[in-house]
Amino acid sequence: MKYLSEFQDPQLARRLLDDIHATVTRPWAMMEVCGGQTHSIIRHGIDQLLPEQVELIHGPGCPVCVTPLEMIDKALAIAALPEVTFCSFGDMLRVPGSDRDLFRVKSAGGDVRVVYSPLDALEIARREPDRQVVFFGIGFETTAPANAMAVHQARRLGIGNFSLLVSHVRVPPAIEAVMRSPRCRVQAFLAAGHVCSVMGVEEYPALAARFGVPIVVTGFEPLDILEGIRRTVRQLERGEHRVENAYPRAVRAEGNPAALRMLGEVFEVTDRAWRGIGTIPGSGWRLAGAYREFDAEHRFGVGDLSAEEPAECRSGEVLQGLIKPRECAAFGTTCTPRTPLGATMVSSEGACAAYYLYRRLDPAATTVKEAHPVG
Amino acid sequence: MAETALDPVAWTCPAPLGDEPVVVLGHGGGGRLSAELIGRLFVPAYGNDVLAGLGDSAALTLGGARLAFSTDSYVVRPLFFPGGSIGDLAVNGTVNDLAMSGARPAYLSCAFILEEGTPLPVVADVARAVGAAAEAAGVSVVTGDTKVVDAGHGDGVYLTTSGVGLIPDGVDIRPQRAAPGDVVIVSGPVGLHGIAVLSVREGLEFGVEVTSDTAPLGGLVAAMLAVTPDVHALRDPTRGGVAAALNEIAAASGTGVVLAEESVPVPEAVAAACGFLGLDPLYVANEGRLLAFVPRPHAEAVLAAMRRHPHGSGAAVIGECVAAHPGVVVARTRLGGTRVVDLPLGEQLPRIC
Repeated sequence: MKYLSEFQDPQLARRLLDDIHATVTRPWAMMEVCGGQTHSIIRHGIDQLLPEQVELIHGPGCPVCVTPLEMIDKALAIAALPEVTFCSFGDMLRVPGSDRDLFRVKSAGGDVRVVYSPLDALEIARREPDRQVVFFGIGFETTAPANAMAVHQARRLGIGNFSLLVSHVRVPPAIEAVMRSPRCRVQAFLAAGHVCSVMGVEEYPALAARFGVPIVVTGFEPLDILEGIRRTVRQLERGEHRVENAYPRAVRAEGNPAALRMLGEVFEVTDRAWRGIGTIPGSGWRLAGAYREFDAEHRFGVGDLSAEEPAECRSGEVLQGLIKPRECAAFGTTCTPRTPLGATMVSSEGACAAYYLYRRLDPAATTVKEAHPVG
Repeated sequence: MAETALDPVAWTCPAPLGDEPVVVLGHGGGGRLSAELIGRLFVPAYGNDVLAGLGDSAALTLGGARLAFSTDSYVVRPLFFPGGSIGDLAVNGTVNDLAMSGARPAYLSCAFILEEGTPLPVVADVARAVGAAAEAAGVSVVTGDTKVVDAGHGDGVYLTTSGVGLIPDGVDIRPQRAAPGDVVIVSGPVGLHGIAVLSVREGLEFGVEVTSDTAPLGGLVAAMLAVTPDVHALRDPTRGGVAAALNEIAAASGTGVVLAEESVPVPEAVAAACGFLGLDPLYVANEGRLLAFVPRPHAEAVLAAMRRHPHGSGAAVIGECVAAHPGVVVARTRLGGTRVVDLPLGEQLPRIC
C-alpha cells in the first residue's frame, strides 16, 4: 500500500515548516477539527516544530469523545439484553457510561462483538436470525454512509433482526457552535479531509464568509497537516478567509455523490447532544421515517434514558478548544486512560488521551532533545 | 497467607470503573492491566524472592547448576495461521522466554486442554507442529498432560508448555541490568505475528500475505553471547509489542530509553495494515524477535553477529538508554519531534475512522 511513508518525508516536512516559519509574523490560533488530525499532530510532534506564533486548538472531531453519556448508557442497556448481539467498532468498548462500559457488559456475559464494518453486523444478523443484532452507529459524515448502506440493505433484504443505534454528528454545525461561543479564540479551521471526501466543500464558503475565517480542507499524514497549516497561515497573514482544498488527492468539491444519495435516502437532520458541549441544533442525523423500524432506540424502548456528566470533567471545554487538557485539574490524576472521567481520555483520538499518552512528561521531553544521536 | 488482604475493592487505583471487579480481556493483554493483576493479586498471594524478579523466566540455582525455568499458556485463535500454528508458538514462546535469560533451552513439558468435539486430525496436526518446532529449536518435550473440557468451553485446543535450560557461567541477563549508555537492538522487522493472526482471524486482507515471524531464538542468543557474555538485558516483544517490552525494562532498571522511530524496521505490509486499522506497530505482537540491551563498546560486534544468524538477519539499532527520564520510553519522531511511548493499557482497539 502506498501513500503512508511518502507523506511522512522529513525533508519535505522541513521545507513546509521553513515556509510556515518564513510567513508567520503574528500569533494565530487555528483549530484542527478532526480527532484523527489531533492524534497525528501529537504523535508526530508537529506542534513542537511549529513557530511559537502558531497555536493549534484541538477541536470536537473525535466521534468517540462527543458521543453523549446518555447514548453510551442506551448502548449498555441494549447490549445487556439476553436476546441482543451488540456490534461496535473497537474503541467504543472502553468508553465509560454512567456505571460501566461495554467491556464490563461483555465480561458479565453480554454478547458484545467488535466488527470492522456495519455490513459485518448485517451479515451476523443474516446468519443468526434468532438474535437481535444491533450496530452502534456513531461518528461523523465519514462513517455515516456505510451505516446508511447497512440499514438500506437490511430493508431491501428483509433482515428484520438488524437495527442501528444512531448517534451520528455533522461537522458544519459544530464549527458554527465553536464560532458562536463567547470565549472563542479560533481564527481559522483545518477542515477534516475525510469528512469532505464524503460531503464535498459546499457547506463551508458560507461559514468562512459569515465568521471571517479561512477554512482549509486538510488530510491526516504529517505532510498533509503541515500543508494545511501553511495555507492557513498564508491566508491569515494576507487577511483572507477563503475555503481551500489542501487534500485534493482525496477530496473533490462535489464530494461522493453515491454516498450523499445514500445519506439523503436513509437519514434526516436532527438536533444532537454532544458530550461535554450540549445540544447543537441540526448537528446530527437520525433514521428517516421510512427506516424508523430499524432504529434500536425505538425497538428496545430506551429513548427516554438520560444521564448527568461528571462535574469534575472539563472535556466540554477541551472539545471547544477553551482549555488544553493539562489545564484540567483531573488530568493525569483522577483522570487517566485507565480511569477516564470523560471520553476525551478514552479514545486514542481524544485530545486528553493524546496528551496523556505522548506529552505528560514535557520537561523530560525537552531534555531528550539534547541526548546524543543513536546508531 | 490467610492474613493477606486480597480485597480488590480497596486497591488504591480502582479497577476499571471501580465496583464489581471481574476479569476483563485486557487482563491478558500484556499491558498495564496484566501488570496490575500480577502485582496486586498473584505476588501478594504467593510471592517470593525469585518471583520478585518478574522476568520472562525464573533464574534458579539447583544442585550447583544455574537453571532458567519458565511456563506459558497459548490460547490463540485460529489454531493455524500464515507462517505457523499454536504448536509453533507453544514451543517457541517458552524456548524464547528461557533464551531471554541467556539460557540454552533443553527440555519442555506440553499440556493439551482439548474441547469436546474437536476433530482428532486437528489435534494430530497441532501435535506434529509441536514436534517439528521442538526439533527445530533443539529441545525435547519430555512430559505432558491432557484434559478435556465440555463443548463450548474452549477454542478447540489450548496448550501450556513449561521449559528448563542451563544458564552459561558468566552470563547475567535480566531487565534490572539495563543501564545508561546501553544500545538497544531489535533482531528484525516488527509487527508480523500480530498482523498475520489479525488478518486471518478477522478476514482482513492487506494486498500481500503477512506471515508470522514465530521462531526459536536460542541459537541467536548463543551467537550473541559468543561475542560477549556481557549482554545486559534481553526481551522478546510478544504481547504488547516493542512498546511493552521497552517499558518493562525501563521500569525494572530505572533507566530512560530513547527510541529513534525511523530506525525501527516495520515491513510495508505491517505499516499499511496498522495505518488502515489505526494501530501502532510498536504495540503489535512478535513471536520471533528479541530486543537486546548491549553496552555500547560491544554493540557493533553483537549486531554483526546477529546479522549473520538467520533469525537476526534484519537486526537494527533502534535506540539507547539514557539517564534522563528514568523509567520512561521516549520516541524521537521522523519529523524531529518527541513523544512518550507508554505501556499499553490492555489490548489495542481498532479505531473508528
